[in-house]
Amino acid sequence: MNRFVEQLAANDVAELGMPGSLLAGPTAAMAGPTGHGLSFELAAGNNPAEFAQHFIDAKSEKDSLIKIAHGTTTLAFKFREGVMVATDSRATSGNVIASQTVKKVIEINPYLLGTMAGGAADCSFWERVLGMECRLHELRNKKRISVAAASKLLANLVYRYKGMGLSMGTMVAGWDEKGPGLYYVDSDGQRLANDIFSVGSGSTFAYGVLDSHYRYDMDIEEARDVARRAIYHATHRDAYSGGVVRMYLVQRDGWVPYPLEDVGDLYYQYHPEVQLTNRTESPLTVVPA
Amino acid sequence: MSIMQYNGSAIVAMAGKGCVAIAADKRLGQRALTVDTEFQKVFPITDRTYIGLPGLATDVKTLYDRFRMRVNLYKHNEERTIEPKTFSHLVSHMLYERRFGPYFVEPVVAGLDKNDEPYICGMDLIGCINFAKDFIVGGTASDNLYGMCESLWEPELGPEDLFETISQALLNAVDRDALSGWGAVVHIITPEGVITRDLKGRMD
Repeated sequence: MNRFVEQLAANDVAELGMPGSLLAGPTAAMAGPTGHGLSFELAAGNNPAEFAQHFIDAKSEKDSLIKIAHGTTTLAFKFREGVMVATDSRATSGNVIASQTVKKVIEINPYLLGTMAGGAADCSFWERVLGMECRLHELRNKKRISVAAASKLLANLVYRYKGMGLSMGTMVAGWDEKGPGLYYVDSDGQRLANDIFSVGSGSTFAYGVLDSHYRYDMDIEEARDVARRAIYHATHRDAYSGGVVRMYLVQRDGWVPYPLEDVGDLYYQYHPEVQLTNRTESPLTVVPA
Repeated sequence: MSIMQYNGSAIVAMAGKGCVAIAADKRLGQRALTVDTEFQKVFPITDRTYIGLPGLATDVKTLYDRFRMRVNLYKHNEERTIEPKTFSHLVSHMLYERRFGPYFVEPVVAGLDKNDEPYICGMDLIGCINFAKDFIVGGTASDNLYGMCESLWEPELGPEDLFETISQALLNAVDRDALSGWGAVVHIITPEGVITRDLKGRMD
């Protein structure tokens, strides 16, 4: 909890180099270097982390000033042709639907994708930083970074801020010299490799569909269908997931996005037999009591 | 999260020219989990009085059964059917009886009185009656419904236009509420009888 303060004591701000003077507010103390040329302005006081905790809803239920989008369904799986990544697109603030068109797939570079669950700002900021680190790796080593290395970079990055309220559950998917890569990284610092992942409030529903229909030797159309159905079923049952299905396929030449599919239309495609008991007729016909 | 948001609901009633409408969503949830998409929240009390019960689902069912019993007793004692206004005061009284351990519902009543005049009213969970000439809303999407009704409702709407207005108000309100929706039902009450229509909605 005291990491910022410890770093503040241990490092001279001047050591930071370029960004310190640019970003510093008039009264704010500066955090120590993150090791990435980044630094954050801190609240005044002995323990900025504790001060900020009061305003950040890391514990979800608390009525705090900084609202974080919690509801999400994201999934990714490896299969014969590559890695399929799919997400919903709903953002909620309490029970109000703030947006139905959120981009929860973050395009880190043409070969790497990240997904967004938990804090939207945390995910987009740190995956942008990851994109920078991956580019620096390319320039230094004259070859693209592996998915394993990229995901570990992100895990190490967020581990430095453990206990300070970061909230992210992300999947890093990509293609490197070893072929398709898929890792799960969260703000606790946990990093896992596997063939199937799903993250977010709708993940249990998505896992249900994936576990019953997934096969490694699917073709692309089958994989799209499984991913689409998994997201669709999650949006149907989970109040905090919905909107459109966003899907990406990662192959040797990098990722390609698929056209968006509205979940509102998918229900009636999957259930063509749905007939309303009382159908709307025009003009309205009165049934005598 | 309050107990009023546990199951999720959206109910709206509107007055028209010689007719009234009441509409509700069909979701029954347990917090984020959608359990049922055919849950009844609007109930007929007489041929021309309906009640909508947004709130805690267990209380919706209990209260409807209790209202049914009290309305039947009224019919036997008085030898006439209950007027919407009288029924609203019965509901209000029954809710206030539980002043210190309330039922968690905000009833919405819509009906035509004996002169075919529209009557709509709403209540809070301990029975404070809110009488309105235009529209009444209730449930987790009530803020959204207020916005829709304030912009769509106009006086002197006939049954056809009232149906369109209340349907658009409800469907668009629940599309911005995570806890209600998953289909809807509309009742248009006219002197000739009641028109009941199911609406297709987004199922997410």
